[in-house]
Amino acid sequence: MKPELFTKDTTAIVYGYHTNAIQRMLDFDYACGRKVPSVAAIVDPGHEGVHKAFFGKGEILLPMYKKFADAAAAHPKADVVVNFASYRSAFSSSMEALEHGNIRTVAVIAEGIPERRARILAATARKLDKMVIGPATVGGIKAGCFKIANTAGTYENIVESKLHRPGSVGFVSKSGGLSNECYNIIARNTDGLYEGIAIGGDAYPGSTLMEHILRYEAIPAVKMIVALGEIGGTEELRIVEALKAKKLKKPLVIWVTGTCSKMFPAGVQFGHAGAKAGSDLETAEAKNKALKDAGAIVPDSFDDYGVKIHETYKKLAAKGVIKPAEEVKAPSLPMDFAQAMKEGRIRKATTFINTISNEKKEELEYCNMPISKVLESGMGIGGVIGLLWFKRELPDYGRKFLETALILTADHGPAVSGAHNAIVAARAGKDIISSLASGLLTIGPRFGGAIDDAAQHFKHAKDSGLTPAHFVRDMKAKGLNIPGIGHKVKSISNPDMRVTQLKAFCRKNFKHTELLDYALEVEKITSSKKGNLILNVDGCIGICFVDMLHSCGSFKKAEIDNIVSMGCLNALFVVGRSIGIFGHIFDQKRQKQPLYRTPYDEIAYMTDL
Amino acid sequence: MAQRGIREYEGKKILFDGLAGHIPSFKGKSEKLALVRPDTDPKKLVKDHPWLLKEKLVAKPDQLFGKRGKHGLLCLNADWKTAWKWISARMNKTVTVGKTTGELNTFMIEPFTPHKEDAEECYVAIRAYRDYDTVYLSNKGGIYVEENWEKVKETRVPILSSIDDVKLNMPDFGKRRAQIEEFVRALYKLYAEGGFTYLEINPFTFSGDDIVPLDLVAKVDDTAAFECAKLWGDLEFPAPFGSTHTKEEDFIRGLDEKTGASLKLTVLNPKGRIWNMVAGGGASVIYADTVCDLGYSKELANYGEYSGDPSTEDTYQYAKTVLDLMTREKDSRGKVLIIGGGIANFTDVAKTFTGIIKALNEYKAKLIANKVKIYVRRGGPNYKEGLENMRRLGDTLGVPIEVYGPETHMTSVVSMALGGKK
Repeated sequence: MKPELFTKDTTAIVYGYHTNAIQRMLDFDYACGRKVPSVAAIVDPGHEGVHKAFFGKGEILLPMYKKFADAAAAHPKADVVVNFASYRSAFSSSMEALEHGNIRTVAVIAEGIPERRARILAATARKLDKMVIGPATVGGIKAGCFKIANTAGTYENIVESKLHRPGSVGFVSKSGGLSNECYNIIARNTDGLYEGIAIGGDAYPGSTLMEHILRYEAIPAVKMIVALGEIGGTEELRIVEALKAKKLKKPLVIWVTGTCSKMFPAGVQFGHAGAKAGSDLETAEAKNKALKDAGAIVPDSFDDYGVKIHETYKKLAAKGVIKPAEEVKAPSLPMDFAQAMKEGRIRKATTFINTISNEKKEELEYCNMPISKVLESGMGIGGVIGLLWFKRELPDYGRKFLETALILTADHGPAVSGAHNAIVAARAGKDIISSLASGLLTIGPRFGGAIDDAAQHFKHAKDSGLTPAHFVRDMKAKGLNIPGIGHKVKSISNPDMRVTQLKAFCRKNFKHTELLDYALEVEKITSSKKGNLILNVDGCIGICFVDMLHSCGSFKKAEIDNIVSMGCLNALFVVGRSIGIFGHIFDQKRQKQPLYRTPYDEIAYMTDL
Repeated sequence: MAQRGIREYEGKKILFDGLAGHIPSFKGKSEKLALVRPDTDPKKLVKDHPWLLKEKLVAKPDQLFGKRGKHGLLCLNADWKTAWKWISARMNKTVTVGKTTGELNTFMIEPFTPHKEDAEECYVAIRAYRDYDTVYLSNKGGIYVEENWEKVKETRVPILSSIDDVKLNMPDFGKRRAQIEEFVRALYKLYAEGGFTYLEINPFTFSGDDIVPLDLVAKVDDTAAFECAKLWGDLEFPAPFGSTHTKEEDFIRGLDEKTGASLKLTVLNPKGRIWNMVAGGGASVIYADTVCDLGYSKELANYGEYSGDPSTEDTYQYAKTVLDLMTREKDSRGKVLIIGGGIANFTDVAKTFTGIIKALNEYKAKLIANKVKIYVRRGGPNYKEGLENMRRLGDTLGVPIEVYGPETHMTSVVSMALGGKK
């Protein structure tokens, strides 16, 4: 296979919807001044369509496919697959990619792929003369050309480690975390990285330290090679053989980590799966010594790693082997909004205010009360209305009053407009939400509005200092019925038991019943004119509601005015009546009632007039 | 996540059940294997395994060490009473095997197969290499196999080949050749599909016409667990003989198994003065190396690492465990905590530090009492915020914290903390 894996035109198919990694690849492209994004397409079994991402200052759309084969067919130039599939599916997806004619290189990110599977991947790649990087790796980077996934981290780090333009150093290590550290070391001690690969920490990486070192040996632009080995395995001994056989002529600075293992009890498993010495040959010390004896440049400890790299670079530069790469200024990348916010660099005006609840707390809160406390306190639905509508913990009687109002308004039979409309909609086969809405939409000045109207009118009359008699006269003069007064059948002598009970409850529990008292004075006048002009249940609820708010003592007058004028009483009626409307909807659906058609005899056809 | 030794009992169970599928005439039965632990009730064991009362038995420790015969840890040809007495006399006793000393706490019992040692003991092993698996076969097995290693025949099975397409290189097995070949091929298939990385039967012998595996050593690749659930059953990975895990190590292992991140902790010397809390599988080794290279290996307390973008809660629990361990016993010279790491690729440094800072605050009093000095070195996403938070913590924590970023060589903090080479 050709020693170069990537160019400035290389494009990849990313398997797995990893938006952060994809964005980082595209940001790197921007730093390098690439014209074409390095991500050609995204494959994810659960997504298709497009993914919107930043490319520099603007945005681009990346096509998404459910199947790898479709992506590969649509993007024949993409020859790299960055595979984010989990350890369970990484093998099959990597094999599929590897066996596809378009693909030359597969980077496998997942950790925990069974060793046998990894060995099959590695052998298949060799058979097909292709490259597998990983598994269990962060990937790799070719400075100024192409970056795999999350390699080299943030944009800032890429620029600081001069990865946006090529230098002269080829690097390979097992560890992904350390490779980034080493790019920093290389940037500080040489003219920068040419290419860096992390082969992954598993026992059987798809490609080995040796394979990458041999590639670097064959790439003319690479002038020196830096590598980081690790305790366990015999891979570094192959490098020793290559050095002895003079297959490696470029200077190689290498350090094998894990020299501490002799101090450790047998059987300590280091962080990497492959990092365990199976024999004395596999210890870090033995490998460092063998490498040094074979002519590699080996520091005494990791502390001197950078020093050795620097010395080697200086020698090459002095000899003229390396002509130091030119410094290229990377364009500055606009900061991500979320990042800037997080760092407190920018501020933004909000579009909404919310003062009643918070789902972002440890526990959901209603008006600063954790939901668990709401439940424990037994405040019931009346208490919850108090918290969410009025932002108050209502006293017992207030909660009870609201619940009573809900019970009393829950239903008034099928004939009223709300229930009727809901029934018609339900029978037309509409869903429950549409049916409910069709009923609720009839609530207004003529249906269900009396509670709110009564509260408004009586409160206004009393607040303006009108005597009951004056109020009755006024309304008459305006030609208006007094809302909340009058009943079809009930009268003074045949009282509505709902009203009787409600009045008794309020008298017993409220601290004040001033508006109720006022209303009853009004009732005395109206009922003396006609027996059925009594305070009806709607009027009683509306008026007592105002008394309830006053009784609580925690509402200022302006707040009470606001609550009444906002239409809270209509809201109370809507909540209560929704219960009944749902009842009617379910009743129709249960009986499987067919489409309703108004009978002809209900309609007066007067078209000929 | 790596190659792990398993008990002979488990290995044989997997093998016997699996071989039965390949060779219908195979006689080994997984039901005729019993495991004895300190709390095993003999009455219940006999009830579950009635064959124990009917057959001659073998009893032996099953704790991932070999050469049991040489160490007098084999009880052969015994009836149930004798075998149980033999086990009871050794249970919870400390023994030394080779260089390792440990407590005996797990034994296995299986039926005894009489055979002539020299003539009828054979050897088979399979070992994984990068490009192939090698099958080792010898007609001389038992405790003499090493002395007769030149008689061992090797067959490489390339990783992309099927065992069916490979000619087996076999020593002279006489009339048993075909039978052994069938057995070895079946064994290989089981080895491959069962996620084994090493499998050794030394020796196997014969009972009439049947092949009988006697002693078995096996390692499996624990990352294959998800593919091998059916074959393995509820497979346990015991600690190597002689090594015991502390409560804290077990706790971290539990965390590690529960999260997608990686969390590792090994306590090397609980009285050590130098404690590492290092991010990254690679970097953690280098920090430990550097401590040793500077001559402080005797004072190094732990090896550990956290990586793979652990959550704040994970790093909090991890840090708490390390801080608790390091503040248990005072040292007049004080102690050193190195919160190290390379330049992360994608781990959010500020986020992981949030968990560590929470734990440090919780242990404030103990850190002061133990005269702990803290050195921080880290880079990566959000590292500036993370380092700044650490610096600010230094104002209130009451113990010195020195904080460094990518501008400082990764391991320089180690010599700063220890005051140079010893």
